[in-house]
Amino acid sequence: MDDVLDVRDLRMRYGKTDVLNGVSFAARRGEVLALLGPNGAGKTTTIEILEGFRMRSAGQVSVLGTDPAHGSEAWRARTGVVLQSWRDHAKWQVRELLAHLGRYYAPYSTPSLTRPWDADDLLETVGLTPHARKRVRNLSGGQRRRLDVAIGIVGRPELLFLDEPTAGFDPEARRDFHDVVHRLTDREQTTILVTTHDLDEAERLADRIVILAGGTIIADGSADELARAMSGQSEVRWSRDGQRFVHAADDATAFVRELFRQYGESVEDLEVRRASLEDTYMALVRQAEHSVRRQLTVVAA
Amino acid sequence: MNPTLVAARAGLSRGRIEFKQTLTTPGDLIAILITIGSFLAAMIWTRHTHVPGTHFSLGTTMLVSVLGLDVVVYGFITMADLIVTEREDGTLLRAKAIPNGMLGYLLGKVVNISGQIAFVVAITLLTGAFLFTGLAIGSPGSWLTLAWVLVLGLLATLPLGAVLGSLFSSQRSAGGPMLLLLGGLASISGIFYPITHLPVFLQWTGQVFPLYWLGLGMRSALLPHALAAVEVGHSWRHLATFGVLSAWAIAGLVLAPVVLRRMARRESGSNVAARREKAMRR
Repeated sequence: MDDVLDVRDLRMRYGKTDVLNGVSFAARRGEVLALLGPNGAGKTTTIEILEGFRMRSAGQVSVLGTDPAHGSEAWRARTGVVLQSWRDHAKWQVRELLAHLGRYYAPYSTPSLTRPWDADDLLETVGLTPHARKRVRNLSGGQRRRLDVAIGIVGRPELLFLDEPTAGFDPEARRDFHDVVHRLTDREQTTILVTTHDLDEAERLADRIVILAGGTIIADGSADELARAMSGQSEVRWSRDGQRFVHAADDATAFVRELFRQYGESVEDLEVRRASLEDTYMALVRQAEHSVRRQLTVVAA
Repeated sequence: MNPTLVAARAGLSRGRIEFKQTLTTPGDLIAILITIGSFLAAMIWTRHTHVPGTHFSLGTTMLVSVLGLDVVVYGFITMADLIVTEREDGTLLRAKAIPNGMLGYLLGKVVNISGQIAFVVAITLLTGAFLFTGLAIGSPGSWLTLAWVLVLGLLATLPLGAVLGSLFSSQRSAGGPMLLLLGGLASISGIFYPITHLPVFLQWTGQVFPLYWLGLGMRSALLPHALAAVEVGHSWRHLATFGVLSAWAIAGLVLAPVVLRRMARRESGSNVAARREKAMRR
C-alpha cells in the first residue's frame, strides 16, 4: 500500500445538483498528479474534500491513510496547502512570517524528517532571499506566489495540494512557479496534487493526468498515454515536386511505408505528428459534454 | 514537545509581532491616536463643567469612564472587525491549514488587542494626569482595581467580539451595525454623563451590559471615594461589577469555541476566492 491518495466513488451534491458523480483515482508516493478539466468540472470541490476543508456527500477517501473529514492536527501537519494570497499578512515581513508559520510543525518532526523547513533555506529554494525583510504587501505578484508555495511547504509536507496555482499569472511568474515545483519534486519525495484548467501546465508539471469533466473522470494516464489512447490518428505532411500534401492517417507507419514505396526519393520534407495532448484533451472534453447533454435531453424527454 | 503548547507559544509571539506592527504602521498608529485625541478633546471641552451635585470636573470623570469604553471598543469591536477582515482575506484559512493554527491565531489576536488596550489606557492616563486635576492615582489600591477591572473586561469582551466577528460575512455588513450598537450603548452606560439622570428603565438596560460596569470599575479605581455618591446606590458596587463582568466572560468563553469552530469548519479556498471576487467588484 504505497498510495498516498485513494479516492473511491466520491460524490458531491449541492441541493439537487450533482457536482461529483463517482470520482475514483489514486496517487502513489512521490507522484505529481494533475487534475485537469474545464471550469465547473468539480476540480476545486474534489481538492477541497481531500484537503479536509469540505465535507463530501458520499464515497471513500483516504489521504495519507486517513479520512480527511476526520483529520487530526498530526495529519494536518503532514499535508501542505498552497493558498492564493490576497491581502493576508500584509504587514508581516517575508522571513518573519515563514519562520512563524514553521514553528507549529516542530512537534511533528520524525527521526527521518525534520520539521519545519529552515526559513533561510526555504527562502533560497523559492528564490526570495533578497526579499526576506520586505513586507508581504510590497512583493510583486510573482514573488507573492512564491511565498504562497513556501508557506505551503514550510512543514515539509508528504502531500502538497495546489489548486489552480497559476491562475492569473503572467508568463514569467508562471515559469518561476513551475521551476519551484520541479525543484521540490526533485529534492523531496513530495506527492503533489495540482488542479488546473490549463493543459500546458498539466503536461509540464505532472507525471500523470486525470481529466475531470461533468463530475466524472473521463481519462487517467500519462500525457503520452492519453494522447496515444485517445487518438490513433496522426497527421502526415510531405511535399513532392514542390507541392505540399497533408493526410490524416490511422496508422502513420503503414501510410509512410506505402508513400515511400510509391514515390521513393521524390518525397521531401516529411513530417509525422501525433495528435497533440491539446487535440486529445479538447476531443475528450467535447465528448464528455456531448454525452452529458444527451443524458439531459433524455431526462427532459 | 507538546504540539498545543508549541502553538500557544507561537500564538503569544504572533500577538507580540502583530502589536509591534500596529505601532510601526503609520496608518494604524494614527487611527489609534485620533481616537484618543478626539476623546481628550471632548473631555477638555467639559473640564470646567461639574458633575451634577458636586464640585468635581465632569471632564475628569469622563476621562476615567472612557478607559472602560476603550476596553469595549478594542476588545469587542476591533476583535470582531479583525476576525471579519481576516476571514475575508484568507488569514484564517491559512491558520486552518497549519496544525493547531487556529489556537495560535486566536491567542495572537488576544495578545495584540490586549496590547493595544494597554497602550491606549496608558497614553490616555498619562495625558490626563497632566491635563486634568482630581485623578486618584497615588495609591496602590487604585492600580490594583484598575488591573482586575481591565483583565475581567478583556475576558468579558474579547471572546464575544470573536463570536460577533464570526457571525458577519463581510466587513461591510459588520461595520455600521456595530458602531450604532456601541453609540447607543455608550449613551445609556454613564460614560459621558452619570446614569442616575436617565429614566429608570434605561438605567436598568444600561446595567445589563459590560460597558456600564467597566466604566464604573474604572471610576472606582481612579476617582476619589466621595464620588461614589453620584452612582447608582451611592456605591462603587465592586461585588456587582465583578459578578456582571464575570457572567459576560463566562458566556463568551462558553460560546466562542462553539461558534468559532463552526465558522472555521466552513472556511475553504473557494469561499475566500468568492469573497475576494465580491470585494473586487465593489
